[in-house]
Amino acid sequence: MTERVYAGRPRPGNNFELYSWFFMRISGLLLILLVIGHMVIMHIINNVDVIDYDFVAARWASIGWRAYDWLLLFLALLHGANGVRVVIDDYVRRKGWKVFTVAVLYTFTFILLILGSLVIITFEPIGMGS
Amino acid sequence: MKVELRIKRFDPEKDQKPRWADYQVEVEPTDRLLDALHYVKWYQDGSLTFRRSCAHGICGSDCMLINGVNRLACKVLVKDLGRRITVEPMRGYPVVKDLVVDMEKFFAAYRAVKPYLINDEPAGPRERLQSPAERERYDDTTKCILCGACTTSCPSFWANDDYIGPAAIVQAHRFIFDSRDRGAAERLEVLNQREGVWRCRTIFNCTDACPRDIEVTRAIQEVKRAILFQRI
Repeated sequence: MTERVYAGRPRPGNNFELYSWFFMRISGLLLILLVIGHMVIMHIINNVDVIDYDFVAARWASIGWRAYDWLLLFLALLHGANGVRVVIDDYVRRKGWKVFTVAVLYTFTFILLILGSLVIITFEPIGMGS
Repeated sequence: MKVELRIKRFDPEKDQKPRWADYQVEVEPTDRLLDALHYVKWYQDGSLTFRRSCAHGICGSDCMLINGVNRLACKVLVKDLGRRITVEPMRGYPVVKDLVVDMEKFFAAYRAVKPYLINDEPAGPRERLQSPAERERYDDTTKCILCGACTTSCPSFWANDDYIGPAAIVQAHRFIFDSRDRGAAERLEVLNQREGVWRCRTIFNCTDACPRDIEVTRAIQEVKRAILFQRI
């Protein structure tokens, strides 16, 4: 009878929610370190008024800083998107609306991720030291 | 001491939707809220309907929303509630009548986690012995009386009543961490579903609500961790 609600409910057959939960913990921890590093470099050591195109170009001359910024982008975007997915899961109950909102969320996240990655990977400094 | 009870009432045969009813009751400050409810039922309005069995905080029948929080009516004293006391049924389950809710789904979730010892190994000539440390491991969750205070205080449950709920997870915890039990894998399988532990958002309402002071949120987190370490 009502047990079937739980016992016979279609099993997702995967550990998606488990990995999603674990990802939130790990990415959250990493983001704390990455964001503090970012803040210290961009707002404490260097003042905003010295940060310009040349500054960023000089920083991105090193593959390490590109990787740092890409990791920050990747984790922050997916951490945030996964959080919104969970909120949608909790609050949007109508199936059609759920499919729509999740589709919008995934599309938006994907576009931002591709755009950001494209900039970080393909960036080539022009007119440096001017 | 005179108090005013403001009770959310609903008679499915007469009311379209719940209505508030006020009652003036003369009580001792050290009376429990349950005594005040008894006074109303026995001397003022016999149609008032609520559950209670042992009336001593053990059976878990009389959990209700008292001044906006889930409490056992038999465990709170009137002097701690003020002169004007609001009483409502627990949130999230269909109201049957007045303060009585239909808890069928609550117990379906309870049954789903197989809340009994699973061990097919031959019993041997003696009891299945357990060290004090092994017993201590799950001591907290043995205190559960299945009153429903945690589950019906949980916003994740309000948002989606398919969520298996803190109470069922507490009951699963009691066996998963019992050294004599062998059913952990099948229970974790049930709890690893989307409507299992992963609907918990660590809001801590359950821990606040528990009349037995069980650290419910901690128990849920321990189950999440058990699933994690089992799969990775």
